Amino acid sequence: MGSSEEDYNFVFKVVLIGESGVGKTNLLSRFTRNEFNHDSRTTIGVEFSTRTILVGNAVVKAQIWDTAGLERYRAITSAYYRGAVGALVVFDITKHQTYDVVERWLKELYDHAEASIVVMLVGNKTDLAQAREVPMEEAKMFADNNGLLFVETSALDSTNVEEAFETILKEIFYKVQKQRSSQTNTVSLASENPASTAAAQAERRPCCVAL
Amino acid sequence: MASEGGRKQFWKRSGAKVPGSIQHVYGAQHPPFDPLLHGTLIKPGSKPPTTPVKLKKVSTFQEFESNTSDAWDLGDDDDELLAIAAENLNTEVVMETAHKVIQNHSKLQEQHKFQEEHVQEEKQEEFAQLSSVACGDNRLVKSVSEGHTSSSLDNASENSSMQRSQSLPQTSTPPLTSGMADFNTSVTPALTEREASRLDKFKQLLAGPNTDLDELRKLSWSGIPKRVRPIAWKLLSGYLPANVDRRESTLQRKRKEYFAFVEQYYDSRNDENHQDTYRQIHIDIPRMSPEVLRLQPKVTEIFERILFIWAIRHPASGYVQGINDLVTPFFVVFVCEYIEEEEVENFDVSSLPEEVLQNIEADSYWCMSKLLDGIQDNYTFAQPGIQKKVKMLEELVSRIDEQVHRHLDQHEVKYLQFAFRWMNNLLMREVPLRCTIRLWDTYQSEPEGFSHFHLYVCAAFLVRWRKEILEEKDFQELLIFLQNLPTVHWGNEDISVLLAEAYRLKFAFADAPNHYKK
Repeated sequence: MGSSEEDYNFVFKVVLIGESGVGKTNLLSRFTRNEFNHDSRTTIGVEFSTRTILVGNAVVKAQIWDTAGLERYRAITSAYYRGAVGALVVFDITKHQTYDVVERWLKELYDHAEASIVVMLVGNKTDLAQAREVPMEEAKMFADNNGLLFVETSALDSTNVEEAFETILKEIFYKVQKQRSSQTNTVSLASENPASTAAAQAERRPCCVAL
Repeated sequence: MASEGGRKQFWKRSGAKVPGSIQHVYGAQHPPFDPLLHGTLIKPGSKPPTTPVKLKKVSTFQEFESNTSDAWDLGDDDDELLAIAAENLNTEVVMETAHKVIQNHSKLQEQHKFQEEHVQEEKQEEFAQLSSVACGDNRLVKSVSEGHTSSSLDNASENSSMQRSQSLPQTSTPPLTSGMADFNTSVTPALTEREASRLDKFKQLLAGPNTDLDELRKLSWSGIPKRVRPIAWKLLSGYLPANVDRRESTLQRKRKEYFAFVEQYYDSRNDENHQDTYRQIHIDIPRMSPEVLRLQPKVTEIFERILFIWAIRHPASGYVQGINDLVTPFFVVFVCEYIEEEEVENFDVSSLPEEVLQNIEADSYWCMSKLLDGIQDNYTFAQPGIQKKVKMLEELVSRIDEQVHRHLDQHEVKYLQFAFRWMNNLLMREVPLRCTIRLWDTYQSEPEGFSHFHLYVCAAFLVRWRKEILEEKDFQELLIFLQNLPTVHWGNEDISVLLAEAYRLKFAFADAPNHYKK
């Protein structure tokens, strides 16, 4: 492609939120290190990991933040959300209570993060499907009604973990592209620079945003 | 930066109010030892104040000297050094020498022990590495059973350990295997002369009729011999009375009291208003370390009770994740009183008699309770104590190592992002358990060790990694490094050096703002 030298380097901050014990830490370790640890310890404060993937031609570095689920004692809440462009709200499909509080988590999220943040609802622990308490259709409907992406995962056996992160990062990327292109177009009406061409191309791409 | 007077004020322990209420919930007839009330050094026999008074000013070294009775032994290098320091020698010379001596002292004292622990540590690590590699395909599932396997294998193969280790295939960390050939120590090495003499001093002190707590603190500061640690900790925390004759009756009373709480409160754990607390404790216990201990159902049961009772009796904070870690050192140390082996990891706790377990449980509860009394604002809503301490850490580091401070700042690393856990879990997540236990010897000997001295230890800890920190030029790499510090092989020696440095910092900053002009 002619504009391959346009190597966009992005760093996207994504936060993991949800009740204590739903599997946030293992989702993180599965995605960034391909590890799952039965013995992982409770998350204290914030923990942090990264992974770089390709989205189209772009090199995207995902900066993923994990924090304790015990909401009341997270003294560092606003700092945690600052600058986040994506959020995974995680619940445990075998514990309905962790799904019940998703709305509360969304509220906290919207209170602290930017309005344009891309949000994905994640039902984790599908490896324990026999103990399921949250029907998939119910969660999917909730996600659709609230403009959230949705996926069910298992950090233990890896199911859909890659997909979850890739999807949200792609969405973020497209969103960022759109913002850039709308900015660039107003500036470079008179010039014929590759940036505007690429941006225009991106705009013409079919929109697969579920928002 | 703060003005001269401001700085002077800053480093003294301020009695500033903190948000939220820090009500001490006393159920006991025996008031807890409270460093805030009792100040730094009260002579035996003097009456403690009955109402909380304005905090005594932090003792200068000179004050410390004048308040304690002299009991210098020949050849007791540490104590001699402290004496010299009091005579107003050049601070730098003193501290440098102290540093060197403490290093040598620790080397001598702990050499065998370190080697022995090192051997155990390596063996377990190797097995863990091996197991995870052997899992086959890309999906690494480190499971519980492997941890079990490695420790039981260790037990069985102790005698043939040398041969076994050398026949193991290469792991990804060469340093682990390379040192093995050097270690030919037996499992329980005989004490060196120095260790034996220290142990004797402790035994004399502990024998009574009244243990001199000031003396005990002085001795304990440099580490407590394993054999007397359980009783030393109980005395230092104020749980056990100094008077020998009163000890047994006090223990009985306190233990009875604890189990009265259990009877009163524990059944309510499934009540609607307590459900959340119990649930949180219940899912946190399996996520603690050391792994081998917490997998024992008996241990889980004990920890759950201790934490639940504490949470109910301290509604200002309730249970906060991290508090569960604070039970472990007490529990492990008190269990050690009853076992012969060097390591508690290989021990089946349920093999102890029921009464012994109950005593350990009650003692752990009370000692942990006293510890938490001094740092309760770490866990009240919004955790103001922690926020304050992290800010103080930042201030301190900006003064002692401007380069490191600037480097972190330039790369937008916030202290809260790595130091929160340092404060919430008292560095327990950053160093091995054996190091925490050694650290707590000093923390319990220092006035406000878990809150005030801990700050200096954190500063010394951070700055210890300055080389690696300054080499990282990327926010991501910096933070990942700071959250995964390479301390897995740390032992007493490393902690001793850390403590010496922390002490140096405290000495420099507590009452002598003029030494460090900004």
